[in-house]
Amino acid sequence: MTEMVYGAAPMRVGEPILPRWWRTIDKWTLSCILLLFGIGLLLGLAASPPLAERNGLSPFHYVERQALFGGMALVVMFATSMMSPDMVRRLGVLGFMGAFIALALLPVLGTDFGKGAVRWYSLGFASVQPSEFLKPCFIILTAWMMAANTEIGGPPGRMFSFVIAVTVVLFLALQPDFGQASLILFSWGVMYFVGGAPMLLLAGMAGMTVMGGVVAYNNSEHFARRIDGFLSPEIDPRTQLGYATNAIREGGFWGVGVGEGQVKQSLPDAHTDFIIAVAAEEYGLILVLLVIALYAAIVLRSLHRLTRERDPFARLAGTGLACIFGVQAMINMGVAVKLLPAKGMTLPFVSYGGSSLIAGGVVVGALLALTRTRPQGEIGDLLMRKGRA
Amino acid sequence: MIRTPLRPLARILQARAKGENPDAIEKENLRLRHEQMRDQSRTRAESRLWVLALAFMFAYGMIGMRMGVLAASEPQEPQVAVSGSAIVAQRADITDRNGNLLATNLATHSLYAQPPLMVDPQRAAQELVAIFPDLEVDRLTRQFTGDRKFIWIKKRISPEQMQQVHDIGDPGLLFGPREMRLYPNGRLAAHVLGGTSFGREGVRSAELVGVAGVEKEFDQYLRDPANGGQPLRLSLDLTVQTAIRRVLEGGMKLMNAKGATAILMDVHTGEVISLVSLPDFDPNERPRPLAQGDASDSPLFNRAVQGVYELGSTFKIFAAAQALETGMMTPDTMIDTKGPLRWGKFRINDFHNYGPQLSLTDVMVKSSNIGTARIAMEIGAERQRDFLGRLGLLSPSPVELVEAPGVKPLLPPNWSELSTMTISYGHGLSASPLHLASAYASVLNGGYVVQPSLLAGGRPRTGERIVSEQTSAALRDMLRQVVVRGTASFGEVEGYSVGGKTGTADKPKPTGGYYEDKVIATFASVFPTDKPKYVLIVTLDEPEETSGTEPRRTAGWTAVPVAAEIIRRTAPLLGLRPDIEPASTFGVTLTSN
Repeated sequence: MTEMVYGAAPMRVGEPILPRWWRTIDKWTLSCILLLFGIGLLLGLAASPPLAERNGLSPFHYVERQALFGGMALVVMFATSMMSPDMVRRLGVLGFMGAFIALALLPVLGTDFGKGAVRWYSLGFASVQPSEFLKPCFIILTAWMMAANTEIGGPPGRMFSFVIAVTVVLFLALQPDFGQASLILFSWGVMYFVGGAPMLLLAGMAGMTVMGGVVAYNNSEHFARRIDGFLSPEIDPRTQLGYATNAIREGGFWGVGVGEGQVKQSLPDAHTDFIIAVAAEEYGLILVLLVIALYAAIVLRSLHRLTRERDPFARLAGTGLACIFGVQAMINMGVAVKLLPAKGMTLPFVSYGGSSLIAGGVVVGALLALTRTRPQGEIGDLLMRKGRA
Repeated sequence: MIRTPLRPLARILQARAKGENPDAIEKENLRLRHEQMRDQSRTRAESRLWVLALAFMFAYGMIGMRMGVLAASEPQEPQVAVSGSAIVAQRADITDRNGNLLATNLATHSLYAQPPLMVDPQRAAQELVAIFPDLEVDRLTRQFTGDRKFIWIKKRISPEQMQQVHDIGDPGLLFGPREMRLYPNGRLAAHVLGGTSFGREGVRSAELVGVAGVEKEFDQYLRDPANGGQPLRLSLDLTVQTAIRRVLEGGMKLMNAKGATAILMDVHTGEVISLVSLPDFDPNERPRPLAQGDASDSPLFNRAVQGVYELGSTFKIFAAAQALETGMMTPDTMIDTKGPLRWGKFRINDFHNYGPQLSLTDVMVKSSNIGTARIAMEIGAERQRDFLGRLGLLSPSPVELVEAPGVKPLLPPNWSELSTMTISYGHGLSASPLHLASAYASVLNGGYVVQPSLLAGGRPRTGERIVSEQTSAALRDMLRQVVVRGTASFGEVEGYSVGGKTGTADKPKPTGGYYEDKVIATFASVFPTDKPKYVLIVTLDEPEETSGTEPRRTAGWTAVPVAAEIIRRTAPLLGLRPDIEPASTFGVTLTSN
């Protein structure tokens, strides 16, 4: 007592960080994410050796890198998830500035790796795709602006965020990277929707999207070919999509067995865009359903927790992050089963790719941080309606 | 909208009266409004978040279901770079009338190389040359070390060769299955079967395509998987074919002929029981067609079908048939045979002078050109042409050989009276031996038209009558007389009543006119004459019988003995019973001691 009174012993003001983190974190979502990461490594072991051999690398080159980047992604995720929403917001806004500058400088300093689109910075040992990091930062910035809009006497944040969204989309479309551009638009739309968009405007936006699609179809051959491929009812068995579909059929319910799959031999993107096909072939429908269930659990649980969130920023940013995470997985798997037109999109946390993994770590880290259990004024509600009627 | 002021005057006044700061009221009101607004947006956001959650659930559910549907469906093999239809490698067998194999398929392998997979191209090339001496080491090495990714080495290799190549142990040497057409009987029936070659080729299979004979004629049928691999049954009889080929080959050598052909036909159905053309070839190793020269010198040339010859006196029977059928004559009608017969500047002569008159039968027996020409003049060009046309002698033979439709009998440009006379004894009209066989069958089988066929069972009969039963019987009797006491006396076969007509025609020179010393000798026969079963045509090309002091070329000396030997050998095989004269005395020899 004496020490306490005189301040000789350090006194804890709040709860220690880790116990508080463990108490408030969404453990279900966290376990789902770790499981997905584990599945990603497992599938990397299956899918990438043929590619590594083709590129003259050691068979497990890609798996090792996946483990390395995955480890970094987990560190980033844990670090981010321990931040307070304010901290997330501050770093997110700063990050957006950095990522946007990087994006703007791509045409000057970037490289296209011979794939026809300048999307990467080559760092020698690895490459960085700024648009991957831009996504979570953009969401946080937008959420902040929209939340500010709800304050009385606040700035016209929605208008600002819309202008920023359009600018970013334009930059992405110039690369061209319509996939990321549509993801940015989608996340903005979702946040606007949750943040209280007038119904009339929503309908108008849906119309605009269709228009934009038509314009892109008419002006970009790249885009048009993919849509044409989707609309034709027959799957040409010699395309990537044909191989993927066949792999799923080949796998059946229980798979052809570990290491017995063939599709990884013929698909150049077996370890990224079509990893779900490898999963389906070797491990069968059972693993695919598990993966789908994990993604669904993460998204639905996060959205569910966000319904109780009273802080507008946390709610909007959380919604944006959960949706962009979920929709990316949805598009990737939807393409593999031909529910959606062919669009190169990684499966978050499962596909190979350094930028994608670490950015995924940022996304889920921020999501975890925003969905942590916080006092939501329930006691105040109970004790006194705080003077409200 | 009613605006509620943030500073309600009543409360402000009250506060002022109490000495409180009225700004607090405004702040309190502001806070409350803010709270209210947030609550409102929160409830709205809550419902919209549920909408989002539902949408995601639906989307994930769809993907999961689609995955399930796909997983439950059957996979389809991704086809690697197959353009057009898949290669169907099955080809049905061909058998004779009794089901003996004439053509079948053998699974062999082709050999190809994929140099990128090769371990030691040098050694592989050397070892390959050791197995296939016709390959060259330098060339192979160059190919194996070059840029090419795929090289055919051998199209067909035997299982032993395959094992040897396998033992080289180079992973870059690979085998593709190849169906090979095998003709187990070698040269037998080569002209009927024709042959096959590879059509479209892939690594995994190659198409077998018929190139000649029935293989080409029935190509579609043989390749049609819908037939379930049912063999094509021909009318040929393997045993008879073997016997005839052997005898004919011997006869051809004995008579110093450069070619020979024999056709045995069922009189009633037109089925070709045997068709031999010599020289022949092995369809397993089908020779290349001659690049230059006369196509008829190639062993590929089917004399029985493709060879159109002036068949000489064998045609006389048609004049006799028409004379009898029209009722102008009977077998005993006497015909003026005093020679020479003049027609304009042409003169028609006989081989010998047969005196002033002969009966119709004797005109046939002695083979009188003059007599036949006079009969033909009685008949007239129009009727003769019509009659020969109905016998199928003026149009390509309908037999099921791909070569047949291209072979048109050679007719005189205008069917003059002179043509009528010469055609009556087989000059001025060229037809194939097969034409002759079906025409003989038609007039001798009782008088209804038959069409030649190579399929077991023959063609359905039209029932069209060409001559009456009596005429047919009379003709057979005349032919029998020719053998018994006429030009074909070597044709007598013990136990079988053979009838026939000889024909010796000078070969036309390509430059015009006729050779003095080159003939086509034909014997057209029917047996047995009382109950006709078979027609046999034997034709020898440029025969010379040299046992006598001077070479004899007439059919009676050349074609007839060969035909007689053929009948002697094949009639028992065909199941014909010989007429053995019953022993005259049959008793007990009494002995006394």
